[in-house]
Amino acid sequence: MLTLILFLLPFISGVFLLWNKSNGLAKTATVLVSLAQLALFIYIGSVFFTDAAALDYSVSWLSEFKVSFHLGLDGLSLVMTGLTVAVSGLILFATKDLNYSNVSRLLGLILITEAALIGVFAAKDAFLFYFFFEVALIPVYLIANLWGGEGIARITLKMFIYTVLGSLLMLVSFVVLYLFAQTSDLAELAQIPPRLKPGINHLLFWGFLIAFAIKSPLFPFHGWLPDAYSKSPTPATMLLSGLLSKMGIYGILRILLPLAPLGTADFAGLVIYFCIVGLIYGSVIAIQQFHIKRLIAYSSFAHMGLMAAAALTLSASGVQGAVFQMVAHGFSAVGLFYVAKIIYDKTGSRSLADLGGMSQRAPKLATLFLIILLGSVGLPLTNGFVGEFLMLRAVFDFQNILGIIAVTSIILGAVYLLRLYQKTMFGPVTSFTENIEDIGLKELVVLVPIALVIIITGVFPNGLLELSSGFANTLPLIK
Amino acid sequence: MYPIIVLSFTGLLTLFLGLDNPKSKIILPGTVLFLLVALCSNFLDWNAPGTYFNNMIEVNNPNIIVGSLIILSTLFLVLLSAGQFEDEQAHPAEYYALMQFSVVGALIMATFNNLLMLFLGLEILSIALYVLTGSDKTNLRGNEAALKYFLMGSFATGILLFGVAMIYGATGSFEIHAGTTLALAAPSSKIFFYVGIVFTLIGLLFKISGAPFHFWTADVYQGAPTLFTAFMATIVKTAVIFSLYRLLASGFPHEYGFWVKIILVVIALSLILGNITAVVQDNFKRILAFSSISQAGFMLMALTGINEKTFANLAFYSASYVLATISALGVLIVVSRNTLREGRPNENVDVFNGLFKRNPDLAVVLFIAMLSLSGIPLTSGFWSKFFVFTDAIGKGYLWVLILAVLMSAISLYYYFRPVVAAFRPSAEAAVNVGALQKLVLYGAALLTVVLGLAPGLFRALF
Repeated sequence: MLTLILFLLPFISGVFLLWNKSNGLAKTATVLVSLAQLALFIYIGSVFFTDAAALDYSVSWLSEFKVSFHLGLDGLSLVMTGLTVAVSGLILFATKDLNYSNVSRLLGLILITEAALIGVFAAKDAFLFYFFFEVALIPVYLIANLWGGEGIARITLKMFIYTVLGSLLMLVSFVVLYLFAQTSDLAELAQIPPRLKPGINHLLFWGFLIAFAIKSPLFPFHGWLPDAYSKSPTPATMLLSGLLSKMGIYGILRILLPLAPLGTADFAGLVIYFCIVGLIYGSVIAIQQFHIKRLIAYSSFAHMGLMAAAALTLSASGVQGAVFQMVAHGFSAVGLFYVAKIIYDKTGSRSLADLGGMSQRAPKLATLFLIILLGSVGLPLTNGFVGEFLMLRAVFDFQNILGIIAVTSIILGAVYLLRLYQKTMFGPVTSFTENIEDIGLKELVVLVPIALVIIITGVFPNGLLELSSGFANTLPLIK
Repeated sequence: MYPIIVLSFTGLLTLFLGLDNPKSKIILPGTVLFLLVALCSNFLDWNAPGTYFNNMIEVNNPNIIVGSLIILSTLFLVLLSAGQFEDEQAHPAEYYALMQFSVVGALIMATFNNLLMLFLGLEILSIALYVLTGSDKTNLRGNEAALKYFLMGSFATGILLFGVAMIYGATGSFEIHAGTTLALAAPSSKIFFYVGIVFTLIGLLFKISGAPFHFWTADVYQGAPTLFTAFMATIVKTAVIFSLYRLLASGFPHEYGFWVKIILVVIALSLILGNITAVVQDNFKRILAFSSISQAGFMLMALTGINEKTFANLAFYSASYVLATISALGVLIVVSRNTLREGRPNENVDVFNGLFKRNPDLAVVLFIAMLSLSGIPLTSGFWSKFFVFTDAIGKGYLWVLILAVLMSAISLYYYFRPVVAAFRPSAEAAVNVGALQKLVLYGAALLTVVLGLAPGLFRALF
């Protein structure tokens, strides 16, 4: 029941905000809902450790097809819903003070996205998962188009077609499994694959994999990403990079590994190669970018590649690293895109060539930016380090050469991120950055929590790791 | 059975309503009332399954629901037409009368038990539609469309009739169940029987615009007045898919291995041709015409795996398709009314430019309709696709499923063109919507979402 409330609260308030016209009311409502969600989630967390079964909520949705509306939490789901609640809270806080028309509608759409994401991460039924997986995209699509600039329609349509194609292939895989199981409960579907022929198992694998590879996105399915991330309005970009991309990795862990074990055993190695290619490729391209958002977009793409590779190595450290990194990246990606937006609002430029010397006039921004950035680079004592270390170890165990190649991504990451920092914060002041002011309370409310999370989970990673290890042990293929 | 009688009668009555004054204010409310009466009379047979007219019409609860679906869609369209026929040339009484007659044909087709009734139903349905297609006499394209539709349609009916004659020759009966006994008794006369099946199928596939019998669709959809395009797309499709269901599921279940090959070819062609051709269209009605071809392919997928759930699956598909089509074309009717392009209302996709600014509510209706047609969750379109998928894969036609999925991805491109246009900035004036049209459009969109969230509501009827 609690899980249901966690899902319904943002959904209902989101729908309400779509109708509401008053911006003041909308802002108050979002603050209250975000805080209530956080409190509710903390309570859910405490219930989880005493009586996890109490968090299950199941009601028949389509009885003749045995499809149920089944929400429930395990370690992985708990981490992901927590991430969703916290990060969408931050996105809401950031968005409500940005300069957008019809703020109430915008906030409403973000809340609906949050609800759909909670649905994805808590779904225990295959079709429910699919349902939310698709639905989550619709509000983001609307945000991008209604608040985006020129030419956004074509870009988001490309994104939409890409992701829907992927999800439809996933639907085919689900329907095939459903046919054999006659129910769509994920736990029961997991019993089916061992009984099927290898050919069907492989088909299931590719159906699922392409869906998640497009969503993350992984090389070579990232065609939609650079434009979609860089041209979308910041709230949409933050949602896409911080949360929606995690659905891909979550899907690999939750759906692909348990439901297509044979295919994973046969093809995971191949896919890991592609992921590592994407990792290096994304990093190299990021180094050459001058557009801040594009740079962060490629950095985000590179990180997703490493997460997917680690998850597919089928080792405990890989899975745990991927889960941990999802959390770390969720916060840091949102932080980076938000900083990019702040810089743009203050200076009017997104080009590295125009910027410089901002640290002199905006020391608070510079400090917080640095923390977030170093978290993304993977410096020890930040949470990026814990995740990257575990993941790289897993890739290294999988194959030494691949591990060595993957490790270079840390260096490349440091190159492009520190270059980003240097070109914006240090160096001579330009005409764009002459008269800027430092950030105020509005921005601090968002950036300080992100910085705190980056440091605290970096110094004390154990809580998160225990949650994800509980999940990792349930996976059948862990060596 | 009752609505067939009621509507034949009220159709005539409607003609009299417009006798004195062709623009009389009571024609529309009168028609609405007649349709409501027909709808209620439909339920007189509820829970009383049986046959009528010497076993020519079969009535049972599922059939009643399909009949109600057809009547309700007509009701929606009639409400949508409020304020449509105000120019001098228009004769609303005649249009409404013809619509009611056409519905009679549709109802017969959905409940026939005898191949002669199938033929009768198809003709009643079609002849009224030929006239409605050409009802805008000043529109050259409309005239062309009517003529094309008429010529091609009568040709198809001829083929159907030939098929019926063949089946009669083989079995000595017009009963649809006659084939079953034949299959067990006299295998030697089967060759006629097979020829008959092929030809009746072709006749019906023509009407549902399954490729390669789809060539009339685009021109006719484009030329016909938008309201009757919607009529064609919704009522005709529903009626024909259910007559196909009756024919194949209760008429020739033993010949499954034979006819399924034809259906599979038609599915593949419809999906490929319909979707790929739609991509290059600019006219919204043409887009929907090609989309209707691909939707026919999806509907036929249900027939490849006929089982006890197929009827409900098809009914759900039809309901969802009807709602989406009515919303989409309804929005077009409203938006294009006061626009002009080459002397006609602008029906190109660019008519929707800036709709999100000009009338956000309408834009949301359009968005929901397009999501539903492309089968995205949250709308009923997702479940309808899901249901037909389960049918098709039940018999192992995985390749059909994968083809359908790939084509769905392509379909997003053209289904989203009006949506993308609606996001575009535009200096056009705001769009005003009449109260009745609001009722229909918002109602249809709401139902689409409700069925998308709780498909069980509709399926509980079966």
